[in-house]
Amino acid sequence: MSLLTVTDLKKYFPTYTTKLVRSEGAPVKAVDGLSLSLEAGETLGLVGESGCGKSTAGRTILKLLEPTSGTIEFEGRDVTKAKGEELRKLRRELQMVFQDPYGSLNPRHPVGAIIAAPFEIQGVKPEGGVKKAVQELMERVGLNPEHYNRYPHEFSGGQRQRIGVARAVALKPKLVVCDEPVSALDVSIQAQVINLLEDIQKEQNLAYIFIAHDLSVVRHISDRVMVMYLGRTMEMSDRIGLYERPMHPYTQALMSAVPVPEPRRDRERILLTGDLPSPQNPPSGCVFRTRCPYAQERCAAEVPLPVELEPGHIVACHFPAIRNVI
Amino acid sequence: MSPFLRVNDLKVHFPTDDGVVRAVDGLTFELEKGKTLGIVGESGSGKSVTSLAIMGLHRGSRAKLSGEVELDGQDLLKVSDEELRSLRGRKMAMIFQDPLSAMHPYYTIGQQLVEAIQVHEKVAKKAARTKVMDMLGRVGIPNPNKRIDQYPHEFSGGMRQRAMIAMALINDPELLIADEPTTALDVTVQAQILDLMRDLQDEFGSAIIMITHDLGVVAEIADDVLVMYGGKCIEYAEVDSAFHQPDHPYTWGLLTSMPRLDRLKQDRLLPIAGNPPSLINLPPGCAFHPRCAFRESSGVACDEIVPDLLESYPKHDSRCHIPVAKRADLFANVIAPRL
Repeated sequence: MSLLTVTDLKKYFPTYTTKLVRSEGAPVKAVDGLSLSLEAGETLGLVGESGCGKSTAGRTILKLLEPTSGTIEFEGRDVTKAKGEELRKLRRELQMVFQDPYGSLNPRHPVGAIIAAPFEIQGVKPEGGVKKAVQELMERVGLNPEHYNRYPHEFSGGQRQRIGVARAVALKPKLVVCDEPVSALDVSIQAQVINLLEDIQKEQNLAYIFIAHDLSVVRHISDRVMVMYLGRTMEMSDRIGLYERPMHPYTQALMSAVPVPEPRRDRERILLTGDLPSPQNPPSGCVFRTRCPYAQERCAAEVPLPVELEPGHIVACHFPAIRNVI
Repeated sequence: MSPFLRVNDLKVHFPTDDGVVRAVDGLTFELEKGKTLGIVGESGSGKSVTSLAIMGLHRGSRAKLSGEVELDGQDLLKVSDEELRSLRGRKMAMIFQDPLSAMHPYYTIGQQLVEAIQVHEKVAKKAARTKVMDMLGRVGIPNPNKRIDQYPHEFSGGMRQRAMIAMALINDPELLIADEPTTALDVTVQAQILDLMRDLQDEFGSAIIMITHDLGVVAEIADDVLVMYGGKCIEYAEVDSAFHQPDHPYTWGLLTSMPRLDRLKQDRLLPIAGNPPSLINLPPGCAFHPRCAFRESSGVACDEIVPDLLESYPKHDSRCHIPVAKRADLFANVIAPRL
């Protein structure tokens, strides 16, 4: 039994137009049929350009957003419709680390209270008292436990992200969704936080859904990677398969665009033209076809279904081909 | 012949109630036409303050500037405001990181670009408009005849950055300063913008200063690299030398802490310990010494004596007390296997 199984998850946001009378327009299909499963202790990387629905997917899986349709199973239980007390209990197991280390901590609460909040909300009484538990957590994430009474603004960005991590792992959850946890940090600090996340994962056998736009970071931290475009899965594989044998033109385009710290290396580059189409009015057939350099007639007519082309390597494309782009 | 842009011992200090912030403290570099200089550093290293100093955008603020910024033989720190204004846009232009706040929300893209032309040239509005349309097309904005009458908020992030680039290039500047022009963009758009800048450089032969924190971007676009830390240059080299024989423990730290797309690193990244320093209260001696993993190998009191920027190899300077041979040895045996 997998820790988490998500089947055909959809999240549509309604839109409204007001021309004399308020009427409903075409919904924004932020997540449109996402399926994935996750084992305990595993890291799944979720990558894609901004607007591809990766953050919405993470939030919907945690039930911070109500799914439009589809099912979310956690440890074999269907939690799609969980609310109230049931949902609150579930949150002990499912946590989140947010992107913005400034916006995600209450500026009026001292750090001690911020990290103690999960204990209070869940009514958990740790051995030796909450204060001791909080100070142990602070020490664990590399903060000085004596700074218990300081406020978020007294910490640097990297330290604040550590506070966010401490809060998320306080109750030893089983799954943490990390939404761009290091993209707001300086390069040298990024590595500190990535190492911390990896260490805590090993200690607590945590599973991560790691949402990021930086393909290099995702390669480093993930066991498996899912590439999303316009709310749909384009390709999913373990990291070796995805980075060494990418088969979807979109994955290849993303990878070929990442600059590598190696001067004067000639790489084949698949340049994408234009911008992301509107998720309110996605292209027919394959949603990527309008920017795909290999698109043919069939791509406009038929939606490509995800196919397992290698064991564990799923590709949604009519014309998949391995291209070496790194 | 003197170089096209020569910055000599540039200092930008901000007096504050808590003391003097030495945002840029003695920076020296040169740049020829047709070449690109990449300035790398973390937040607070002084890289943006440097670019604003070259553009003369600290005037009227409390900043105290000293040193020389010579563009085509003219010292920009000494020219009058009037002269500077005529140079800005025509001789030198800047691409800012955030185009939404660098553009006026009340005016259409077309109005803003036409104004940029008419400031420097006596041209009829119609002719200017044709030129703008042409430039928008050149930077890869589809349907320029429709886009020209739209407002900045109607553009997507990538398109807005292109419009910003079009605005910077509209008068064919000889020096282009790009301050993190692609940081807020997706990699696919970043690749388009970098290609565009390279093409335009080939066409116009402009000199480019590319300010970024991404060593990948630098490797891709720069001819020379300047690494800044705590307001000072700590390493300055040609791009090949900088990446194949990096010569400062801070540069090593940046390289080892970065995950890479092209290869899988060993199970752990090697971050730089601690946090970037506060510019108001820089550590004594070498500003990097509290975070330096190799300061024991210098044989000098790194926490007392400020190292000088010295030539380690031909056209490769760095600011470190560790002897050059020892550094080469450390890089080959300790750092390179971790890259």
